[in-house]
Amino acid sequence: MLDKALTGTHRYWTLIVSLLVLVVTGLVTYLHQFDVGLGITGLSRDVAWGLYISQFTFLVGVAASAVMVVLPYYVHHYKAFGRLAILGEFLSIAAVLMCLLFVFVDMGQPRRVMNVLLHPSPRSVMFWDLLALNGYLVLNVVISRATFRAERAGMPPPRWLKPVVYLSIPWAISIHTVTAFLYSGLSARPFWLTAILAPRFLASAFASGPALLILLALVVRRTSKLDPGDEAIGKLGEIVAYAMAANVFFVALELFTALYSDIPEHVEHFTYLYRGLHGRAALAPWMSVSLGLAILSLVLLLVPRLRRREPFLVLASLAVVGSLWIDKGLGMVVTGFVPSPLGHVTEYWPTGLEALIALGIYGLGGLVLTVLYKVAVEVREEMEA
Amino acid sequence: MTMRRRSFLRIAGLGLAGACGVPVARALSGAVRTEPAPTALAGKRWAMVVDERKCLTKEGCRACIQACHRGHNVPAMRDPRHEVKWIWKERFDDVFPDQVTPYLAAEVKERATMVLCNHCDNPPCVRVCPTQATWKRPDGIVMMDEHRCIGCRYCITGCPYGARSFNFEDPRPSLVGEPTDYPGRSKGVVEKCTFCSERLAVGKRPLCVEACEAIGCGALAFGDVGDPGSAVRALLRDHTVARRKPQLGTSPHVFYIL
Amino acid sequence: MHDAGKVLLGLGVFAALVTAPIWYAVGRGKGGPPELEKPRDAKQCIEPTSTMRARHMELLDAWRDAVVRRGEKVYVAGDGKHHDMSLTGTCLGCHTDPKKFCIRCHEYAGVEAFCWDCHQQRKRG
Repeated sequence: MLDKALTGTHRYWTLIVSLLVLVVTGLVTYLHQFDVGLGITGLSRDVAWGLYISQFTFLVGVAASAVMVVLPYYVHHYKAFGRLAILGEFLSIAAVLMCLLFVFVDMGQPRRVMNVLLHPSPRSVMFWDLLALNGYLVLNVVISRATFRAERAGMPPPRWLKPVVYLSIPWAISIHTVTAFLYSGLSARPFWLTAILAPRFLASAFASGPALLILLALVVRRTSKLDPGDEAIGKLGEIVAYAMAANVFFVALELFTALYSDIPEHVEHFTYLYRGLHGRAALAPWMSVSLGLAILSLVLLLVPRLRRREPFLVLASLAVVGSLWIDKGLGMVVTGFVPSPLGHVTEYWPTGLEALIALGIYGLGGLVLTVLYKVAVEVREEMEA
Repeated sequence: MTMRRRSFLRIAGLGLAGACGVPVARALSGAVRTEPAPTALAGKRWAMVVDERKCLTKEGCRACIQACHRGHNVPAMRDPRHEVKWIWKERFDDVFPDQVTPYLAAEVKERATMVLCNHCDNPPCVRVCPTQATWKRPDGIVMMDEHRCIGCRYCITGCPYGARSFNFEDPRPSLVGEPTDYPGRSKGVVEKCTFCSERLAVGKRPLCVEACEAIGCGALAFGDVGDPGSAVRALLRDHTVARRKPQLGTSPHVFYIL
Repeated sequence: MHDAGKVLLGLGVFAALVTAPIWYAVGRGKGGPPELEKPRDAKQCIEPTSTMRARHMELLDAWRDAVVRRGEKVYVAGDGKHHDMSLTGTCLGCHTDPKKFCIRCHEYAGVEAFCWDCHQQRKRG
């Protein structure tokens, strides 16, 4: 089936080659990091996690969001999601792959990664996160492969698929909950020590993932004969609307608790994030943009007449992804470390080399996604013919 | 030659199981006999008491820092973002923000206070380590195994005291002075104070404590709080002491006489 | 066999390429095991040579776990003698320069030994 990705238009090959260039550049840069150490990044003794872990966090959300399509389609027989389901599952696979790669490139001694399995540490949330992510990857590959082959053969899917699909639903919720647990149980980091972190993660996941899926579905519709359908895309828009509204509401709840209680240990992180602290404010302008994009997206999504028009839906989806990428990608992780446990403000900004490695991973994810989508599109076009 | 799938899987499975037997056979063939040194210091619960009243850091003293960092080949990194330190000075109001009132003298607020790993009873860093490269010894020391560390920095993220350092680059070029035989670390692993476990194992006390005594100051006291007759127990009985961030439930075992 | 000539030629080229490192090493006179510089003062290692050759890594791993993870210090050798469990202290005490001993065999065998990233801080030999 993968041989279908080996033939394509000029435009297709341009995309593949561009992604390959990104991947190779990232790989070469990573080899340099492997050689000299993580000092080439913007990380520091005070800010131990940065771009790589923040991208991992954002992408776990995208991976988990497949459940927003799987649940209605497989459990509630919402037929309209028929063509969309495979696109959502393939997006999940690419997202989880990128998550695992982002964790890998963040490690100081990646050669020893097997130690996590050789010396299991059930009290460490990171142990469970690795199991959950790898399990989810396997689940998605198995499910998408089985459904896809069944569809192509014009046969109903095998009977064992149903329980596996049912398993993937709580599993999807759990991968993002366990990722939130990485942060929300640490007494050292008051900014993350909040019960609402996991619900925030899930709400932003169910907004950004489907928003990304909307954009991808529209691209697929434009460039091939695979049309997920107006109803499916419209329903996704509704899901994004409610999820984004919930997410913004949760942010407001966090702000209330921190600012009304006025406990310095909690307030100072929010002050750094939105206004700057001790004269350092690298993230503040970005958060203003994120807030602006969030409001824009809510207006476009919550007004049905706007949401139902494609140009506005596209703008809203872009705004959602942009806003949440800044919030979860840049804002959440770094702010946990500023100020440090001893009250110091050490800022973090990714270096160029760090960004190249990150882009390389995104390139690889994009490559996997392109190949999988190409296969899906070709098979669908064959079936319609 | 045709082979049915079942036979292939059976043979492959047996082969894999057989291969797994190699390390087992090796382990059984001749156990390696090891024992503690006869001079080793044994304690029920090691702890340290820092007497701020005696400490000479305000006069620029760095005896403990130098002894520790030289003895353990701790590098002096040029880039402050990559700083590696096991024991160092911080401002009093950063170490004990709860002790600060608006009416405290500025010199006290700015007073240099020694900080290091607190070797907590309930260490969050140990809880989060995915490989148990850091763990809690029965005698209370929170230990580091840099052979096992994968450099994920979760322990740094989990430590409420900022006690741990990561090697962002190869530390060797940044060593100061004549290195000792204590193993250095490679890039990509985390390190911190280990209460000089390698010295305790041969009956010696930590380098910082000895250096402080050697200059006639004696602000650092180290001993076994599990021994009711020890000097540190006497200090803790006779003085009110502060610990860093006690409300977090970590139960640190570096005590400060303020 | 169809195209027998081309297949055999291809196989020959493949075999030559795959065994090229061997011919290269033999050509440079490095076809045999390396010359190891033995310690000047000691005649006998802590265990017999054949045991050390077969199991030195196993021994070092056991020492690592005993010293780092259990706080132990003493190794009781097969002959009952006690030794300090220290790569830098005990092993390098006699084999003063790893470059002239350990690394020579490890390079020949193609087995990377990154002990020296950490366990050799002072210049020796």
